[in-house]
Amino acid sequence: MKDFIEGSEAIARVVALCKPGVISAYPITPQTHIVEFLAEMVAEGKLKSQFVNVESEHSAASAVLGAVATGQRVFTASSSQGLILMSEVLFNAAGMRMPVVLVCVNRALSAPINIWNDHQDSMALRDSGVIQLYGESNQEVADLILQAYRLAEDPHILLPVMVCLDGYILSHGYEVVDIPEEDKVLGFLPDFNPPERLDPADPKSFGPLAGPEYYMEIRHDLHQALKRALALIPEVATQFAHIFGRNSGGLVEPYQLEGAEMAIVAAGSVCGTIKETIDTLRAKGKKVGLLRIITYRPFPEEEIIQNLLKVPMVAVLDRSISLGATGPIYCDIRAVFQGQKPSPKISGFIAGLGGRDITPDTIMEIFERLPGSQVSDQFIGLKDGD
Amino acid sequence: MEKPITASPGSAQRNKTGTWRIENRPQFLQKNCIACRLCVLICPEGIVAGKEKNTFQTDYRYCKGCGLCAAVCPKKDIVMVPETSKENTES
Repeated sequence: MKDFIEGSEAIARVVALCKPGVISAYPITPQTHIVEFLAEMVAEGKLKSQFVNVESEHSAASAVLGAVATGQRVFTASSSQGLILMSEVLFNAAGMRMPVVLVCVNRALSAPINIWNDHQDSMALRDSGVIQLYGESNQEVADLILQAYRLAEDPHILLPVMVCLDGYILSHGYEVVDIPEEDKVLGFLPDFNPPERLDPADPKSFGPLAGPEYYMEIRHDLHQALKRALALIPEVATQFAHIFGRNSGGLVEPYQLEGAEMAIVAAGSVCGTIKETIDTLRAKGKKVGLLRIITYRPFPEEEIIQNLLKVPMVAVLDRSISLGATGPIYCDIRAVFQGQKPSPKISGFIAGLGGRDITPDTIMEIFERLPGSQVSDQFIGLKDGD
Repeated sequence: MEKPITASPGSAQRNKTGTWRIENRPQFLQKNCIACRLCVLICPEGIVAGKEKNTFQTDYRYCKGCGLCAAVCPKKDIVMVPETSKENTES
């Protein structure tokens, strides 16, 4: 059913369709609306779920980790400092192979305190073992929630999945979103049936100690599960398209890469702006394109190589920075092409930190700068020159 | 099919941590004991047991030789002896 609604409401409605037994969250801007909508549904009896109010994000993540261990489907959401406070628990959730599904409404990290959008918060969880998916539109984010549960709870994966969306731009933006029908959801998402449950009648410890003689094997298993997800993610996206009739999710999305001389790599809502700029430039005969990263962890190396191998110049647009180094996506893309022949000339650009707008002019500037000397951490849009 | 790593209860009993003991072990002399139970209370492994005076003993299968029982005994009735000593290693 199509509705003109806020991004946060679209997410809440799709989460409700997945019927999580336990929801726990702590309010933080710009994530708050999502769990407000869910709390309202629970309070009005429209959603049969236990909503656990907690005193911090660390507790919210702990509550859903405990609940998922008992065999309940769970949901939580956060942003920025809240996500960072959750991080201690989320590394555990991945290591314990607990299929927590959470939403990160991307927001800058302090200091200085800033409530606006960039990707620094989710990027800080890059190495946690949590699967990271980035949506471009509210429709895609809503669809990714459904796919996230499928992926997380797959018996061959069993990992937390974090769906990321840009704060305000998507979370507070109103768009027409097609909310899936309940019977179709039932056909797509089977009941959660974990192989082990925390149960007083059959006591066991989850997340026990592993010494030097076992730790590496367990981490290797976790890494292999993420690698397996690379095969499952496109499969789940295909099944989704088959049932719901639209393409959402997957590993990457190529846009106008056929014969492109220059391409941008980016993730999230900025790709809408990039696509529009590409259309403008293509109309003028410029051969430009985009490779949109949907799945950032696990990192889709093969698809990136296949799509960019023949593009002579590639600009990676990061909305975050590994301070003292480069943008995280840039770092990964450079590494992927190390030793590859042919390999594009790859430059790294940092833009849109702390909610600084990325406009078509910003994108134009990147395309204009790209043929120049190779750069790795070029800030775009700084006020006092560069 | 993947499974999370879990541990069943009772692993503390299965793992005989007494092999961690390297230098000294406590010897319960059972001569001047007043059954104050301080050795029972202080033992981090919970393996010192006894009821009457001069009946207290540790379980060497789990004793790591930390020496807290000997240090806390008000009657100096527990002494640390070298592992190489042959006395009193039964149990």
